[in-house]
Amino acid sequence: MSEEQKNQFFVDGKQLSGAALKRKHELETDPSTRTDCMKFMPGMDQIDPTIRETVLKQMNDYDYEKYTDMDVRRALHKRTIDVEDFKALLSPAAFPHLNEMAERAHYETGLHFGNTVYLFTPLYIANYCENYCIYCGFNCYNDIHRKQLDKDEIRHEMEVIAKTGIEEILILTGESKKKSSVEYIGEACKLAKEYFKNVSLEVYPANVKDYKYWHECGADYVTVFQETYDSKKYETLHLLGHKRIFPYRFEAQERAILGGMRGVGFSALLGLSDFRKDAFATGLHVYYLQRKYPWVEYSLSCPRLRPIINNEKINPLDVGEAQLTQILCAYRLFLPYAGITVSSRETKRFRDGIVKVAATKVSAGVSTGIGDHEAKYTHTEEKGTGDEQFEIADTRSFDSMYNDMESEGMQPVTNDYVYVG
Amino acid sequence: MEKDSFKLGNKEFTSRFILGSGKYSVDLIKAAVNEAGAQIITCSVRRTNTQKHENILEYIPDNVTLLPNTSGARNAEEAVRIAHLARELGCGDFVKIEIMGDTKYLLPDNNETIKATEILAKEGYTVLPYMYPDLYAARALRDAGAAAVMPLASPIGSNRGLSTKEFIQILIDEIDLPIIVDAGIGKPSEAAAAMEMGATAIMSNTAIATAENIPLMASAFADAISAGRKAYLAGCGRVLERGAEASDPLLGFLR
Repeated sequence: MSEEQKNQFFVDGKQLSGAALKRKHELETDPSTRTDCMKFMPGMDQIDPTIRETVLKQMNDYDYEKYTDMDVRRALHKRTIDVEDFKALLSPAAFPHLNEMAERAHYETGLHFGNTVYLFTPLYIANYCENYCIYCGFNCYNDIHRKQLDKDEIRHEMEVIAKTGIEEILILTGESKKKSSVEYIGEACKLAKEYFKNVSLEVYPANVKDYKYWHECGADYVTVFQETYDSKKYETLHLLGHKRIFPYRFEAQERAILGGMRGVGFSALLGLSDFRKDAFATGLHVYYLQRKYPWVEYSLSCPRLRPIINNEKINPLDVGEAQLTQILCAYRLFLPYAGITVSSRETKRFRDGIVKVAATKVSAGVSTGIGDHEAKYTHTEEKGTGDEQFEIADTRSFDSMYNDMESEGMQPVTNDYVYVG
Repeated sequence: MEKDSFKLGNKEFTSRFILGSGKYSVDLIKAAVNEAGAQIITCSVRRTNTQKHENILEYIPDNVTLLPNTSGARNAEEAVRIAHLARELGCGDFVKIEIMGDTKYLLPDNNETIKATEILAKEGYTVLPYMYPDLYAARALRDAGAAAVMPLASPIGSNRGLSTKEFIQILIDEIDLPIIVDAGIGKPSEAAAAMEMGATAIMSNTAIATAENIPLMASAFADAISAGRKAYLAGCGRVLERGAEASDPLLGFLR
């Protein structure tokens, strides 16, 4: 990592004791004080590593500089976009063809999804975290207000959200299995089932039996962000905690499938590492799992780095909106059947445009804080809330998103799902 | 011409255009009913399973028969559960079985579809199974109590036309049930071709939903289906694959 990047990420909170500060600095500066991120910890399920090994090998071998204008043209004229074509479409050579890519992406999105755009909202129920991921607002060394909602508070948040008309909810926690136990998350799923048609989870990677339990509690979709598929880079960003274990995180979706989940979501956090390789690996991860588990629904997210509390300097580096668009169009052409979610990290202008090209789902009425939906929805002060994971860029409410999508000629959909066990 | 109708379960229909469920909009429903004369409209239970916004059911006229489908079902058991839910939601006793074990191509799983058909037909549903045009599967569906069989013309939503033409013809020739061509029809001419072959009706959605002018395309489909139907009833003249036909019989010398 360059010095500039280190400075961009490392912030010492005033609340830290001398010992904590010492440990933090050790982790940041001396790799020998960190554990082996490729070694599973006790109690972590280990499944067949074939897909992980295949994806990582192909990603390491991917040399995007070798693709030419001709490779891109050929890809764009083929009916089925294969892995080689996908590589070409993510390469710098494809950038001048962005308009053609967008046209074909628009066509493919229309064939598979019509002009629908699915709406959902995330609900953070806890921001406690045991990990030190240097770019994340919830990291255990960051000086923020921590909070975990109890059952009544979760119910209250859900009531407030459900009243707006939202029918699909994504439950999130910081990654602390101690604070947010498997049972705690399961109870949240059961509550969510009362208020929403569709319940999904974005929590710490878990074992097959945990996914099975959450599925029985009512959740049917699981999203895990790999952040970066570059294990060497991953090691320098996730310095402490369970999240540090790269292969366990990589295999989370497959374990969720084995646990009976209907759908799984994937993502690299763009801006952490080489975005072309990360986007390539994300697409391949879906591609190989789809071949092995064809009945599962797959979706992709495409977050870019955002500023966090106590660190305004964090940014998505070389991933501008045009680069993001190239990635999304390449995803759409390679995986025409996959859902694509664009989060409120992106602006209204970008989201209104990209749903017509490649994206199929947007969040609305978003808060990344804990227990503050009522305050945010009614524009009042609420005390005792927990701080946010990152800053959002699109603050539209569910109603204004719904109306905006309609006036853009899109068809907003609040639910297209039924839980059948 | 006498009234030209067909029966599904205990209901009789004169319109041979059925609106599929893939891409919904209020405009599409209006066009299907007003321009194409649809008497049956499919609705996916999972899309109907909503509260606040855009409940499709509200836009479907009362005199139109609802055909709930089981999309989202990955096996027979799930299809049966979704069919039960459709009844609870007040969608009636018609059900279109869609069972897909592949989210990439959305091809129907014939084996599971046969199982679900048997269960639901016994429970009194009018079962319309969506299937890959395989003769053995079609016979099994018939024996399981299906009210019609619905072979696909091409992968769903693809607008690729009658890719499975030869096999649909076999079903038309061999299965004494209405054959409703479903999925993949992209153009009115393809709908006409299927009707000329002897198909009972055409189910379509994407071809109209993705047209520039939805009402006009709905009307074009109605015309094409009607033309194809008339041609079938009229008995198409024979088409020579090659060569020509001598106007004097070649074997005129035989006594």
